[in-house]
Amino acid sequence: MLKVLRQAFRTGILTNRFPAVQTVPPDGFQGKPVIDFARCTTGDVCADACPTGALSFARGHKEPGTKMDAAELILDYGKCIFCGECMRAAPESITVAAELPPATAEKKDLIRRARYQKDKHKRWEIVEADSTSHPSGQSAENATSAEILGASVREAVYKLFGRSLHIREVDAGSCNGCEVEITALSNPIYDIERFGIHFVASPRHADMLLVTGPVTRNMAPALKQTYDATPDPKLVVAVGACGISGGIFGQTYASCGGIDSVIPVDMYIPGCPPGPEALLRGILFALDRWPGRK
Amino acid sequence: MTARDKFSVIIRRAWADRLTLRSGPAPNELYASLHPDFLGSLPDICEMIVRSFHARFVTLIPVDERADRNSFRVYYVFSIAREDLFLILEAPVNPRHMELPSITAHIEAASYFEREMNDWFGITAFPNIHRLASHPDWPDEVHPMLKDFDLRTAVPRVRGTFDFRPVEGEGVFEIPVGPVHAGIIEPGHFRFSVAGEPIINLDMQLHYTHKGTEKLAEGRRPAHVVFLAERISGDSAFAHAVAYCACIERIACMEIPQRAIVIRTILLEMERLSNHIGDVGAILLDVGYAVGAATAFHLKEQLLRLNEILTGHRLLHGMARLGGVTRPIEDTVAKRDTIRSTLSDVRRTFDALIEWVLSTSSVLDRLETTGILTQKDALQLGAVGVAARASGVDRDLRRDHPHLAYPFLEHRAVVQKGGDVFARFKVRVDEVAMSIEIILQLLGQHSGEALAAPPAVLPASTCALGYVEGWRGEIVHWVMTDAAGNIGRWKITDPSFHNWRALSLAVRGNIVPDFPVINKSFNLSYSGNDR
Repeated sequence: MLKVLRQAFRTGILTNRFPAVQTVPPDGFQGKPVIDFARCTTGDVCADACPTGALSFARGHKEPGTKMDAAELILDYGKCIFCGECMRAAPESITVAAELPPATAEKKDLIRRARYQKDKHKRWEIVEADSTSHPSGQSAENATSAEILGASVREAVYKLFGRSLHIREVDAGSCNGCEVEITALSNPIYDIERFGIHFVASPRHADMLLVTGPVTRNMAPALKQTYDATPDPKLVVAVGACGISGGIFGQTYASCGGIDSVIPVDMYIPGCPPGPEALLRGILFALDRWPGRK
Repeated sequence: MTARDKFSVIIRRAWADRLTLRSGPAPNELYASLHPDFLGSLPDICEMIVRSFHARFVTLIPVDERADRNSFRVYYVFSIAREDLFLILEAPVNPRHMELPSITAHIEAASYFEREMNDWFGITAFPNIHRLASHPDWPDEVHPMLKDFDLRTAVPRVRGTFDFRPVEGEGVFEIPVGPVHAGIIEPGHFRFSVAGEPIINLDMQLHYTHKGTEKLAEGRRPAHVVFLAERISGDSAFAHAVAYCACIERIACMEIPQRAIVIRTILLEMERLSNHIGDVGAILLDVGYAVGAATAFHLKEQLLRLNEILTGHRLLHGMARLGGVTRPIEDTVAKRDTIRSTLSDVRRTFDALIEWVLSTSSVLDRLETTGILTQKDALQLGAVGVAARASGVDRDLRRDHPHLAYPFLEHRAVVQKGGDVFARFKVRVDEVAMSIEIILQLLGQHSGEALAAPPAVLPASTCALGYVEGWRGEIVHWVMTDAAGNIGRWKITDPSFHNWRALSLAVRGNIVPDFPVINKSFNLSYSGNDR
């Protein structure tokens, strides 16, 4: 007992100060691919390298009034597993940033597109593109101001949930990678309980379902029942590429795809898997959004 | 004379009329094809292989080869550990009959494999006919692994109920648990039959997380399937990816650079370290020793962060690639120093933690004699990995079929005799110490510059095994290429698939409140089992 106490004093407080202080990812962190659409002239090279179809290069959208070949390049962070294969295939136009895309309430905020047409040298030339930065929106503003986020979230949690939010985690068919990171939220470093957030054993006690996917055919009825068993008002957060879109597993005989194919979702947290801080941030975003929910 | 030659001679002498031998591209695989007329003697031949060669059943691989050979093939893989040889018995199945004799009467470990084959291929290993993988709402006549079943088929749901084994008698109750569990774990349904507190029987329905992973790979480029392999079981991402890569490398006879071998070995041991320490913490949490659990989870977090510093990913995704690894992890003095200092911190704190545990009788009381898996049961069910070694079954692929850098490390397996939760706890504790030693030893070695072999074009219709000893136990993959050199068939064998039945035996006679800690001491993967 004395040894344990001595060790406890020696260890001190391990818990980090997130969100006031956020961990800077190390060099070489496998984060989101960022495309410089203007420099992308190779057409489908990067899309061909993508193992999940997060990058797609669709031909055939003819520009009105021209006979030129047209195409659209789409990057969907909701399908991306952040493997970096596109960057290795097209290093001149794609870089990998040392961060994951922030969680969003709308799936479309995870998508970047650019339209191209073929010029007379048979090279793809850009017509128009989304900006490569974050889409404007509440989540992006929050992402830049952690202090404000922390304060506003505390306020929201206090107001709505009497200083506590209860989460029921549901694995709807994940590979267990997301669970490894969600479990880490309870370790002494992240200590999610300091936010007044607790993981509970039953959906009947829960305010929020934190769901990892893809939703398998065999889990779809159980997920639906769990949702129905959760008292209103409730929030649903979809975790990871699989939870958002089915990820690398997509839609097959065995997988229904993303969580929102079975139950409505309020917040999407991209990543494969999202790390503990990305998860925390997503959960906090979801709370902030609460008052505006339909 | 190689082991392969030696066994070729023995088999020819004994069964020349029934078995035709051929070798695969990998030097330690010997394929023996059974003549269709002798299909009836399949169980006897399997039994003879096990008995006379001291072989062990590893996995069973059904393949739809109707396009090439107008029949199905079922491959029974046996390991002959002393000789580092895999003997692979190949049985043809007539597509009109879709039946072959079950080998379960002789080899109990094959039972689940046969039932899964029945569900996914419609090949019945008679009389082992009960459903395993297909849920009750799945129609009888639909078999998703057949080549003419389209991956994206929407299969209608039918009415049906789980076929649990009823236990009847005065005062016997059933406790249904799951698929959504109380903790943050994967889904599965357990049905306990209890009389008072003790568990009389545990039945389970798994395959809730079945994602069609094997089917998804078919027809895809070998390089893309690495990412799928990383997502078979999230906590064993690197081990599964390396096992898959090994299949392709053995098919293409690639020479893996020494440096890649060293990095792969280090990362496999890193994966073992973080998971074993996490499991030690989880076991302590389940017996209410919060201070021990918090300490272990802190150590695990340190190790995951070390992973992130070295590879850019906490779970080591993106590190394995065909022919080697993606990036160096030991290229700078700073990185090597970070590894050394983190590991020495971890070792010091972990040793102290174990000392506390061993001097806390309230913890030991919960761990000792709880959830005993006897050596006899472990052998019969073909248990592997930590669960087997804790029941006195000396089984470790790192030594039995040396791969990666293990042949140079004179690896010895950690074996405990107790078979209880405490034995599984101790196996993990000893393996933690061993993993740290292995990493430090490999870190000091200079091993060249190249990180990966140049890419190779795969030959058509060729097959090979790939295997590693993951932290949970042996992971065995098998790949057959199609006519275009893409993936034709991919079989994944996760250690959990062998061990789930061992868990259901280990809990019998224990009280229900001890189930969580027994379950945790096995810590089996649902996703790896269900795929």
